[in-house]
Amino acid sequence: MLKEKIYKSVFLVLAFASLLFLVGIMVVLFLNGLPIFKETGVFNFLFGRDWYPTYEPPEFGILPLALASLMVTFGALLVCVPLGVGSALYLNELAGHRQKAILKPIIEILAGIPSIVFGFFGMLIVAPLVQRIFNLPVGLTAFTGSIILGIMAVPTVCSISEDALSYVPKSFREASLALGANRWQTLIKVVIPAAGSGISTGIILGMSRAVGETMTVLMVTGGAAVMPKSFFIPVRPMTSTIAAEMGEAVVGSSHFHALFGIGLVLFVITLIFNIIAEMISRRFRVKLGLGR
Amino acid sequence: MKKIMYILAGLALMLFAGNAFAGVTIKGSTTVLPIAQAAAEEFMDQNPEIDISVQGGGSGVGISSLIDGTCDIGDASRAIKEQELKQAANKGIKPKAHVVAMDGIAVIVNSGNGVGNLKIEQIKDIYTGKISDWSQVGGTGGKIVVISRDSSSGTYEAFNELALKKEKVRNDALLSASNQAVVTTVAKTRGAIGYAGLGYLSEEVKALTVNGIECSKDTVLSGEYPLARPLFMYTNGKPSGDVKSFIDFVLSAEGQIIVEEQGFVGLK
Repeated sequence: MLKEKIYKSVFLVLAFASLLFLVGIMVVLFLNGLPIFKETGVFNFLFGRDWYPTYEPPEFGILPLALASLMVTFGALLVCVPLGVGSALYLNELAGHRQKAILKPIIEILAGIPSIVFGFFGMLIVAPLVQRIFNLPVGLTAFTGSIILGIMAVPTVCSISEDALSYVPKSFREASLALGANRWQTLIKVVIPAAGSGISTGIILGMSRAVGETMTVLMVTGGAAVMPKSFFIPVRPMTSTIAAEMGEAVVGSSHFHALFGIGLVLFVITLIFNIIAEMISRRFRVKLGLGR
Repeated sequence: MKKIMYILAGLALMLFAGNAFAGVTIKGSTTVLPIAQAAAEEFMDQNPEIDISVQGGGSGVGISSLIDGTCDIGDASRAIKEQELKQAANKGIKPKAHVVAMDGIAVIVNSGNGVGNLKIEQIKDIYTGKISDWSQVGGTGGKIVVISRDSSSGTYEAFNELALKKEKVRNDALLSASNQAVVTTVAKTRGAIGYAGLGYLSEEVKALTVNGIECSKDTVLSGEYPLARPLFMYTNGKPSGDVKSFIDFVLSAEGQIIVEEQGFVGLK
């Protein structure tokens, strides 16, 4: 009995630990990030077009950084949605048992590769290739970042979509086939719509991964804090700015607070993504009668 | 379950050991890091009773850790700033600078580039955006791809002061997070120009002469090469005890050989 009680309280503490961490992180972000909003004004911080944090006077406009993040994330979606959803469909609908047994673990290995390795790969192989194919002065661009981030997000999109597809009750398919629809029609008209919100959850979580990724974008996007006008120029996403500058910023300076301010903006963005994903996945469970 | 507990206990011990038993803790600049690491290893071989732990993090981290009292020596590739001095004074810390080495900042281009020398004014014009084509500085035409370190790195601040006279780098310059990243990008990009510490030069890139002077250990030491800077280790006040022995070791003839081995310029 005593043992049971101990186990229970241990797990209770563990469960609440993550809540504690979240609160701690939020407090630190707000305490250190808010001063910059007071100093430059919310509007100037969010919509300023120049990021020159160490000059006299410094300029803390994160619009180019925020647009770069959005652009690279959008580009990554164009890569990871067809690849991720496509492979999920193949795995669930078409692949035989043996193929699935080989392919699924391989896609999951992709998720386990450290992001710095993706960064090296992008820097040494993809960037020179992009540079040659499109005849650019330099290969470290938003486009290169999008490709690599897209590949990195594939496992997230694929495994969540695959789960969603496998949750679609067998009776749905049987009913469709019984009505005379062929396999393809069943897939397009019944299975995908039924798994639709699960697939969208996967896509949004993939997006969340792409927008928050740091190491790879730091290495492959080139890092120019300029307003992004095209996919084929170097850009500087928010995460890479924090990573590149945090070690050298004077603690307690405006620059330091500005970096936390970026962190705050990022936190809010990923929070919104996660809330949307959660809302959609709830609807999905209700629709399929899986309960909450 | 028991096994896990042992592992956790072991990890906890290791964590605490870092703080409780270490004689000297060094943190800071990634440029100074190789010197600190190599010197610490040699020093601990000779003095097994003294334990030294060395970490990177950046110049800002080094100096703020010194101010917070979480390290004994703060490495920096730049001089301490006004604001940091004020913070230190508030906490009763008196940072004292020890120059442990000199470093030349080499201006590098792709090895396929025909340009071999630039005047310092030309470098400034390239980085601030007044010159944007290689034909303007005597090369075969082509857009100049400007590569810089991000604006808070110590190497950047030294370069900004020495070469750009504190003017702003053009905002479409590529910013790389490390010396090595600059070298890799320049090696892979035909029209690129970048800069990196002397220790990072490799066969893959070509170092330019600046005002006709080659970036080498001799020219940096003699003060002829215009883009040279000191590297610092900061202590709280005059060092004493193990911290003093370590600083003395780095500054000794033996320590300066280690500095040279790591690709920097020793003080002679």
